Amino acid sequence: MIKAILIFNNHGKPRLSKFYEHYTEDTEQQIIRETFHLVSKRDENICNFLEGGLLIGGSENKLIYRHYATLYFVFCVDSSESELGILDLIQVFVETLDKCFENVCELDLIFHMDKVHNILAEMVMGGMVLETNMSEIITQAEAHNKMEKSETFIFQCPRQDR
Amino acid sequence: MSDVVEKTLTALPGLFESQTGAAKITNRLRQLIKSITELTSKHEEENLIKRELSAIKEQVSSPNTTMKQMREIMVRAMYCEMLGYDASFTYIHAIKLAQQGGVLEKRVGYLAVSLFLNEGHELLLLLVNTVLKDLQSTNLIEVCMALTVVAQVFPKDMIPAVLPLVEDKLSHPKEIIRRKAVLALYKFYLIAPNQVQHIHAKFCKALSDKDPGVMASSLHIYLQLIRESPDSYKDLTGSFVTILKQVLGGKLPVDFNYHSVPAPWLQIQLLRILSLLGKEDQSTSELMYEVLDESLRRAEMNHNITYAILYECVKAVYTIHPKAELLEKAARCIGNFVLSPKINLKYLGLKALTYVVQHDAKLALQHQMTIIECLDHSDFTIKRETLELLFRITNAQNVTVIVEKMLDFLRSCNDEHTIIHLIGKVAELAEKFAPDNSWFIQTMNDVFSIGGDLLQQDVPNNFLRLLAEGSESKEEDDQLRLYAVESYLTVLKGHTSHLPQCFLQVMSWVLGEYAHLQESVDRREVIRLLTQLLDQRSVSSETRVWILSALTKIPEGQTDLILDLAESLSSSQDTVLRQQAQELRHLSQDSQLREWVLPRGAPWDGIEVDSSLSFLDGFVSEALAAGAAPYKPPHQRQEELCEDRALNLEPYSFSLPVSLSSCSITDRQSPTLLSVSSGLSGNSAELSQKAGSSTLILEGVKRVWGKDGYLPQKEATAPPVDEPSAAVQPASQQEAAERIEPRPEPSTQNQDKQQLASSLFVGLGVGSSVSLLGKSEAPPPRFRKKPRPHESSSSSGTSKRSSDSSSHSSRNTTDSFLYGSFPEEEPATSISTFDHTPKSTTANGLSQNKDTKEDRHANTSQILGGDMVIVRPSTIQDKHPPSVSSDLTALLPADLKDLPHSDVISLTSDPSLSLSSCRLFRDEALLLVIFISNCTETVIKDVAVQLTCEELKTASLRGNVMDCLEARSTSVCHYALLMDDPHTNVSLTGTVSYQTQPGHTNTLPFSGTLSTADFIRPLVVTTEEYGKLWLSLSHDVKQNLKLLTDAGDPLRTTLNALKDALQLHVVDIIGSEGIVACRLLSGAPCLLHCRVNGAALAMWLRSPHPALPDFILYHCQRALAHH
Repeated sequence: MIKAILIFNNHGKPRLSKFYEHYTEDTEQQIIRETFHLVSKRDENICNFLEGGLLIGGSENKLIYRHYATLYFVFCVDSSESELGILDLIQVFVETLDKCFENVCELDLIFHMDKVHNILAEMVMGGMVLETNMSEIITQAEAHNKMEKSETFIFQCPRQDR
Repeated sequence: MSDVVEKTLTALPGLFESQTGAAKITNRLRQLIKSITELTSKHEEENLIKRELSAIKEQVSSPNTTMKQMREIMVRAMYCEMLGYDASFTYIHAIKLAQQGGVLEKRVGYLAVSLFLNEGHELLLLLVNTVLKDLQSTNLIEVCMALTVVAQVFPKDMIPAVLPLVEDKLSHPKEIIRRKAVLALYKFYLIAPNQVQHIHAKFCKALSDKDPGVMASSLHIYLQLIRESPDSYKDLTGSFVTILKQVLGGKLPVDFNYHSVPAPWLQIQLLRILSLLGKEDQSTSELMYEVLDESLRRAEMNHNITYAILYECVKAVYTIHPKAELLEKAARCIGNFVLSPKINLKYLGLKALTYVVQHDAKLALQHQMTIIECLDHSDFTIKRETLELLFRITNAQNVTVIVEKMLDFLRSCNDEHTIIHLIGKVAELAEKFAPDNSWFIQTMNDVFSIGGDLLQQDVPNNFLRLLAEGSESKEEDDQLRLYAVESYLTVLKGHTSHLPQCFLQVMSWVLGEYAHLQESVDRREVIRLLTQLLDQRSVSSETRVWILSALTKIPEGQTDLILDLAESLSSSQDTVLRQQAQELRHLSQDSQLREWVLPRGAPWDGIEVDSSLSFLDGFVSEALAAGAAPYKPPHQRQEELCEDRALNLEPYSFSLPVSLSSCSITDRQSPTLLSVSSGLSGNSAELSQKAGSSTLILEGVKRVWGKDGYLPQKEATAPPVDEPSAAVQPASQQEAAERIEPRPEPSTQNQDKQQLASSLFVGLGVGSSVSLLGKSEAPPPRFRKKPRPHESSSSSGTSKRSSDSSSHSSRNTTDSFLYGSFPEEEPATSISTFDHTPKSTTANGLSQNKDTKEDRHANTSQILGGDMVIVRPSTIQDKHPPSVSSDLTALLPADLKDLPHSDVISLTSDPSLSLSSCRLFRDEALLLVIFISNCTETVIKDVAVQLTCEELKTASLRGNVMDCLEARSTSVCHYALLMDDPHTNVSLTGTVSYQTQPGHTNTLPFSGTLSTADFIRPLVVTTEEYGKLWLSLSHDVKQNLKLLTDAGDPLRTTLNALKDALQLHVVDIIGSEGIVACRLLSGAPCLLHCRVNGAALAMWLRSPHPALPDFILYHCQRALAHH
């Protein structure tokens, strides 16, 4: 199961945080800080897996991360997930964002936080991988985008089917 | 991909100008983000967000804010929350948005809810209806949103409400809905497994769904189910194999391909499931050989994701029943992983090796050079994994090298989690494979100084136990102990200020216990070294206690030193230290007593600690006889204080006769400040050992080993430690270990590695074709523990001895242990009931020895002081109600007649009116019915009843005002009363005003008492529900009650008596135990657990309400006394 998904930039500013397990507000912030601390000091050419860190790394959890330009994408998972599988899932996530935002950048994540969350919700639901097929994720996300564009239309007929 | 996110914040200003989608981004959010990016300090950010939040607060509460604006506000609130600021005031608005908005608003609302709230949040209850509505919506998007939020956050208790709807979605025509429904059900299964048990058949349907996506989702569930009980799903093996075959054969739509690999994530899931199914099961394994083979073959090395599949495949091959051909292929794959230049693959290769060496140690041999390279790898994760691998292949021959490597790593590591994890393994290896005493002690010294106070407490515990228990040979044991003493004296002579507390404790214990073995050392020297420690500021008070108790054991003839010390400590601020100093003084002066309290070389098993403090029974009874008040737990004392403030309306306090001769101490009453000294005799061996084990809990362990303070301290410990260990190492190994540091000359470096390899992998089946697992061929562990009579005490052997030192610090734990142990304990002594209730104890012996009949009588007619009535809780369905009242109850309104009711009691009367009352027990309230009878021959006018009671709430009343009351007639008025907080007894006062002649108003006061018992209702639960509820309740009270022994089945009789008196619900009676449940009206439940305990009934009550158990207990006692 995926315990948490964190995105932060090179300076440790959180850009997206989604926890699939309950932590208190303070713990969540501490996890973000600690994870950034752990991940940011790692070189580029070493492996993308990380064990340790008292908060989230307890028992058998591990961190799997990827670093893209200014952003770190970190998934915290338990032992039931495949490391390489998650690594590719991050890739799918980023590629999907790229398609949806047409050349995604950090700013897109900031300004469209809700949209990013919605895309993520199509991929991972309640900590379980729901969909790994990029085109399917995009189809779902597009449906919502269309809805947003024709907002007035929807208000007129809220019963509209996809 | 890398240039995808190249646009960085530096481009920000430009972007604001040229944002094409600017219309989408509302001004406020843009402003907020812009100003945040311009900030330089955390402080400024805080101020900005605070301003922003107050602006949001204003906007959300303004009635003019439109839904669309609200949406935007919510996004801003989410942003603030993500940065770690509290925006809890928006939570309710998020829920509102999800409830009331259109689809777009709903989306934001649901998203905000799932980000803000957790499963236990109370506001979520407000969302349940919305979710229900949306699940039934015809709009797919709404259904999807509802399913998503249900899988993310949903209150456990509310699952039954949505379950049928989610279940229905499993047959929804749209696959996306089915898929989400499956995952939502999986989530339900995780949080409340028994609620979805009935739909396992539907999971099966999902597995065979025509849409591969739905099938893939159902694998999540099956993976979990099979992990829990593989045997129940063996019959599905065939299906999983077929699915995997189809996937491999490219039967899935091309959509499912990822980098031209068909549905890789699906394959990974399937392989995991198969490995679980085939584990230790030959026939099942045989079904999957073919498909695993194909899977290994198909996964050509071209992309990351194929490695992911291969890795799972290899693991599966090694998990299931082995097949030589497959193993060979898998081994080759591991080789590819390990040798891969890609670091991620190397890591997985090491992981696979770690997994595999348990089955086949030869593989590690094949890759020994790679492993050695990995040991020096710059990547922390790789190093750690390599050590994990080495740990698995450790045997008696290579243990010194491997442990050395691990310690090296630990010295340079500053991740607490890793240190805790690895240091335990070092200790384990040292204990298992130590080649000799000196190495063992040195290694343990390293363990204690590196691990410090991060160490899990069982490491020092095990070590001390090993020293104390020893092996079969006394001589060897003494040598080990001697070596430890020597080594510690050396350590203590150096700098000690940096040593962790736990190390100091171990050292002082060992010195106290075994310093006498070392004859060449002056005792005074030992005492001096230990006393020195006491002067150090950095030594914690717990450690001081350890040191003092060590000092108590050492001296023989060194009384002067000890007396000086005791003298200097006797003015210490710390009471515990002062106490110890006193003990020290007494013991050092009286050698006979010392011999008795601290026998030297006594067997460990013989020492027992009487945790129930039964040796004090005599003392307690004496004190009680001399008029001391019995011990009461703090909360009861508190209660009493409150009670004392109120007027005592009872004429005589109810109390049970306290018979001193038979009284014993119940567990609640352990006197507080008595240290359980070692050597004191007792009778509860088992308990004492458990209690003893808790004395080693290192309470108040401080993380002295912060990330910064760690290394300098480290260097200081190293020198004394390294020398001896080097001396005892076999020459070749030592050489290899030394030369492991990279050298400039590449050739020698290579040679070094070879040498290291030979020392690392020695004993791993070199030159042998059979797989030789290091561990299995290793000589028997050096420190074999003595077989012990009772295993339960194994970890406490040493701690018992030292319990005199730390008993005070763990007193709390011991106490709580005492409470916790209540149900298992079988005290032999008979237990009399102490009346713990406030009323009785204030009476202080003035017990009211009325016999039962008299009391019954008092029930109905005790009228005191004209207007004061005692209403005693009486049996509800009294078989012989007084004849006067029987006709009154006939006057009850028809809708109330069927309710259980009490007797009718006369409240008050005067020549013209008489008042009686009767209590009716309705489920959610107590109905107090007042009968007003006109005793005259004339009409009485304007009758009005007024009732006041501060402690109770009046929910409704009827008939309290009458225009006229006919002659010789009776009118009825009734009050529905609620009790929110329990009180023992509640007094109510009231007046009746009436006019016999116009203009002349008479008032007639009356008063009465109601007891908590009147507000108790049966709580009908099943045994299972009871069990769950029991665990969730926090406040508990235990007490022994009188057992009614006059009938054949005492427990049943007693419970029935209680049931009759108090309206309890007897849930179940099993053997000598019974469980009973009740509640305060429809509010707080109270669960009672009763057990026959000799001649008494051990009652254990639990409730969410702190005071309720006490009151119920009080009434139970009364009820039984009346019986």
